[in-house]
Formats: sequence, C-alpha cells, structure tokens
Amino acid sequence: MRNSVWRSGAALAALAIALAACGGEAPANESGAAAGGDDTIKVGILHSLSGTMAISEVTVRDAELLAIEEINKAGGVLGKQLVPVVEDGASDWPTFAEKATKLIRQDKVATTFGGWTSASRKAMLPVFERSKALLWYPVQYEGLESSPYIFYTGATTNQQIIPGLDYLKEQGKKKLFLVGSDYVFPRTANKIIKAYAAANGMEILGEEYTPLGHTEYGTLTNKVVQAKPDAVFNTLNGDSNVAFFKQLKSAGVTAEEMPVLSVSVAEEEVTGIGVDNIAGHPVAWNYYQTTDTPANKKFVEAFKARYGAAKVTSDPMEAGYNAVYLWAEAVKKAGTVEVEAVRKAAGGIALERPEGLVTIDGENQHMYKTARIGIIQPDGLIKEVWNSGEPIKPDPYLKGYPWASGLAAG
Amino acid sequence: MEAFVNQLPIGISIGAVLLLIALGLTFTFGQMGVINMAHGEFIMAGAYTAYLLQDLTGRMAVIVALPVAFAVAGLMGLILERTAIRHFYGRPLDTLLLTWGVSLVLQQLARDLFGAPNVQVQAPAWLQGGIGTLPYNRLFIFVLALLTVAGVWAYLNRTGQGRRMQAVMQNRGLAAVSGIDTGRVDQRTFFIGSGLAGVAGVALTLIGPVGPTLGTYYIVDAFLVVVAGGLGSLLGAVVAAAGLGLLNSYAEFWSDASLAKVIVFAVIVAFLQVRPQGLFVLRSRALS
Repeated sequence: MRNSVWRSGAALAALAIALAACGGEAPANESGAAAGGDDTIKVGILHSLSGTMAISEVTVRDAELLAIEEINKAGGVLGKQLVPVVEDGASDWPTFAEKATKLIRQDKVATTFGGWTSASRKAMLPVFERSKALLWYPVQYEGLESSPYIFYTGATTNQQIIPGLDYLKEQGKKKLFLVGSDYVFPRTANKIIKAYAAANGMEILGEEYTPLGHTEYGTLTNKVVQAKPDAVFNTLNGDSNVAFFKQLKSAGVTAEEMPVLSVSVAEEEVTGIGVDNIAGHPVAWNYYQTTDTPANKKFVEAFKARYGAAKVTSDPMEAGYNAVYLWAEAVKKAGTVEVEAVRKAAGGIALERPEGLVTIDGENQHMYKTARIGIIQPDGLIKEVWNSGEPIKPDPYLKGYPWASGLAAG
Repeated sequence: MEAFVNQLPIGISIGAVLLLIALGLTFTFGQMGVINMAHGEFIMAGAYTAYLLQDLTGRMAVIVALPVAFAVAGLMGLILERTAIRHFYGRPLDTLLLTWGVSLVLQQLARDLFGAPNVQVQAPAWLQGGIGTLPYNRLFIFVLALLTVAGVWAYLNRTGQGRRMQAVMQNRGLAAVSGIDTGRVDQRTFFIGSGLAGVAGVALTLIGPVGPTLGTYYIVDAFLVVVAGGLGSLLGAVVAAAGLGLLNSYAEFWSDASLAKVIVFAVIVAFLQVRPQGLFVLRSRALS
C-alpha cells in the first residue's frame, strides 16, 4: 500500500516535470518558426565548397558573406541582424536538394542564396517550390525557366549570348565554330546561336562538345584550325577552359586571327588559364572588375580589404553580392521576411549596383542588366569594348525574338 | 589522308600523356596489387610542386620541378604506404576505399593550402610554338615519357634493387626466404610509383589545368592503361598507352569527344573479353 502511494507520487511528479518541459519548449518553437523572433534573421548560403565546382562557387559565397556583413554594419534589415547559415553542396546535385531542405526545414531561413550549375538549380527548384521558399540564383544560365520561387540575378541568354553574337556580327565575323561542354547550358546556348546565325546570315562551320572535366584538346584544336572560322564561340565550363586555351595557344592560334568569345571565363578563371594563353580574346558578361561605376569602386575596395589585395571580382560574384542587397531591399519594402510579401514587393525594385542599374522584372523574376563585351588584358583584367547602352529587359523564353520561335519547345 | 597524318602526332602525344600518368600505377597497382585511387593526387602534388618552385626559378620551374616533384610525391606515397596501406595488403577492395578517402582528403588539403581556383605554371619560353600540328610542349612530354620509360626499364633490369623488386613481385614467398627484405622492397616500389606520378604532374602543367581536382581527370585513364596493358608489365603499358592515344585521337576526329570516350571504353571492354589478363602477362603472385 505504502509502496503504491510512493509510486503514484513519483509518477505524478514525473508527469509534472514532463508538462513543465513541454510548456517551456513550446514558446521556443514559436520564436524559431518566425525566422528569428529575436533580433536576427537567418539566411541560407548554399554553394559547392568542395568538389569540382568549388573552384568557382567559393568566391560567390565570399561575395555574399561580404554583402551580409555590410548590411549588418549598416543596421541590418528591419532592425535585425542577418545571420548566414552556410552549407556545402559539394558539387553533387542531390546534395544541393538535401541541404536546401535542411536550410528550409531545420534552420528555417528567410531566404537562400546559392547554386552555380544549372544541374544544381534544377535539383533545388522542386524543393523551393514545394516549400514555397525563396532561392536567389547568381549565375548566367541558359534561360527557358521562370520559377515563382527563384530570383535569377545572373544574365539570361538575351543579356549575354545574343549580345555576344551582336558583337561578333558587328566585327564582321561571319563563320563561327561552336565549342562547348557536353551538358544542358552549352547545348541550349548553341541552339540559340544556330537560330541566330540562320537569321543573320552567319555560317556555323562546326559544333563540338567535350565531357565536363575533359583536358585533351589536341584533336579539337586541329578540327577548329582546319575549319578556319572567323571566330569561335566557347561555352566550355570549368577546368576544360584551361586545357583548351593552353593547347590552342601552343597550336599557334592567336586572338587576332581567330578570337574565341567565352561566356564562362571571368577574371577568376583568367588566372588559372594563364594570362599568356588567353590575353586578347573577348568575353561576354554584365560586369567586370574594371566596370566604371561608383558602386563598383566601393565593391572592389571592400572585397579586397576583406579577402586580400590579390583577389579579383567577377560577374557571378557581383551577381551574388547583388542578390543579397536586392532581397534586403525587397524585405524592407515588404516590411516582413514572409516569402509571398517579399516576392510581391520585389518587382520593380531598382538599385545602382556595381554593374550599373539593376531592376527586378516582377513578371519573370529575372533582372534588367546591361550586356558588356570585354577583351582580356595582359594584366589579367578585362577591358570593356562594347556595351548594350542600357539595361536589357530579361527575356528567358526569347519571346521577343522572332527567329527564336520554336526554341523554347525544343 | 591529310587528316590521318595530322592526327598521328596528336594521337602519339595523347599516348605519351597516358603513359606518363600510368607508369607509376604499373608499380603500385600492377606490381603490388594496390588499387591506389590517390595516385591522381600524387600527380596533383607534382603539379603544385612546379607551381611553388616558380617563385624561385621563374620559367625554368617545369624543368627544376621534375626531380623535386619525384621526391615530394614519392615521400607522400611512402608515408601513405607506411601509415595505412601496408595494413591492407592483399585486400584490394579495402585499399580502394582507403585510398579514395585519402584522395578526397588530399584534394581538400590542396584547396585549403592553395585556394580553390586553378593556379598557373608558366611554361619556359622555348616550349612555345611547334612544328605543324605538334606543339613543342607535346614533344617535350613525348621525350620525357620516353626517358622515363627508359629509366624505369634500366632500374628494373640493370640494378640490384630493381631485380629484387621483380623477384618480390613474381614470388613473394620465395623472395623472402632468399633473404630479400620484402617490406623494404614494398616501400621502395611505392616510393617510385608515387614519385613517377609527381613527374607526370609537372608535365601536365604544360597542357592542362592546375587545381585541387586535377588528379580526378586522369585517374581513370591511368587505370585503363595499366589494365589493358597487363598488370605490372612495362612493355604492356607502353603499347596500351600508344594504342589508346591513337584510338582516342582518331575516334575523336571522326566523331566527337564524348563519343570517342564511349568508343575507347567499348574497345577496352571488348578487348578484355578476349584477353582479360591484358596485352602482356607477367606470372606473378603479387601480394596474394
């Protein structure tokens, strides 16, 4: 008898403790759910910090962290400090989806900045759409996409590839040879280039793809040299560029007689390729370290001060840096970090960024950007030789180009 | 016909690259039966050695780095053998996992030490230019590959150390009872095999990227050469590298790079159906 009283007493005490624990836990949960009920807002950063893509993505992460630091120093967003949660996508597309889920569900971030390859974006897209969470994607890409939960701060095709072709046409280059890595971006880009060429009286002499990470360009160089094009349009990605330009140079091809226009080689890559091997060749982007705007002066100075004087800034880094500012501006306008409100507020936001005026197109969530063609200089920087004069309206499906009809379907 | 002639030097130079990267593996994989996935990272170590020496020697770095990279990569291999691999002899699948892990660690280490972006190793000025479709830097790699093979052949057949190495490979038990310190020979084999990877790494700076993932681009090709040539056979490696180089060059010329890879793999698979032991067979008991 005595024993059972003791036992039920203990059970009651345990129950009380359990209840107290639950009671204590509940409010903590709530504050977590509100993406920082205290004075911080968590934001996710999801790039490959290891594996083959780390070469490019680490620098974008650095630029995004710099933007967060600057915003925090200036008082934060809605009076709250931003706290970055950095995850490693490890150059592995399923990992990107998995880490995105983790950032959304577990860390409950207000937004995420991340991705580089189209494959990583395509892997993350369903995650963000399903959870109705926001992703800011900072790299030029092949277009033909417009997710309501992604903001694209890099160029779409009509802001990079088509201006690149306009430039070549202006230079009187009529015969092109297409060289690209064998995946979605170069293949889509080349479809657009072929349609453009057909409509503009240009001739495509050859179209060659090599697997990602390919390093043997002797045969391809031979084919290009034999075809004798006026120019080469290069959509190779990553380390292949190093091998391609080294081997092209040693085959005696010069930028004067056969310029190679690249859309994936920026300041950062020039160092690895070796300036000797690529100086004189043109590239197409929206931003260069040398772009002459007050905002860029500040950005380059801040970046060098933070990460070292030898560091360079490039287009994707700037697009990542912009993404943080554009999101912060949309949050300020919306007065909340709530995703639908931020999306609604984002349309029409215009900011003076290092590349010039950037405006968010509310309809497709891409940016108005100025296209710029530059020539790689012997000091490794890129000098602008041509620009589109004004920011170009983003047109991811190329609806405004009659010759491109039918591309979106294929 | 013109295409045939133009592609010939390209095929031979691809073969020379394949031979250089595979030569070290004929020691560690072919002779010792260790599936060393970290071989690619020893190649990378060689390339970074050239990069580091650049500050001291300027454009001559590629030449000076050859012996230095041999020592650096060799020592790395020796350390790996002493600390880890020797506990896994005779368990090829375990060494595969182990060395794969090591290769990931080394890649990340390189990333932390030298940064994620590629670095540039400047080629000596006299390696610029070329004859016809054969650039001088390809010629350099070709000559280097020949010299290395000659050196390895002389070592294996003309020195006591080399003959002991062959003895251990052919019959470990008998070699041991004849008074050969097999453990020591294993260390030496691994040192040389890894060192040769370092030499290949220096040569590759002339034509390819120098970055943390450099090794991953070559490791599969290196294994292909060793397997097709016959495990542990020097002559086999030479013939297989030349054959694969030419096949690659012509297949790519008449199709494209992606298809060429498929064709090369298909040919190797078909070939191994007929001759699973590779081109040349050495009767060995390796580490079984």
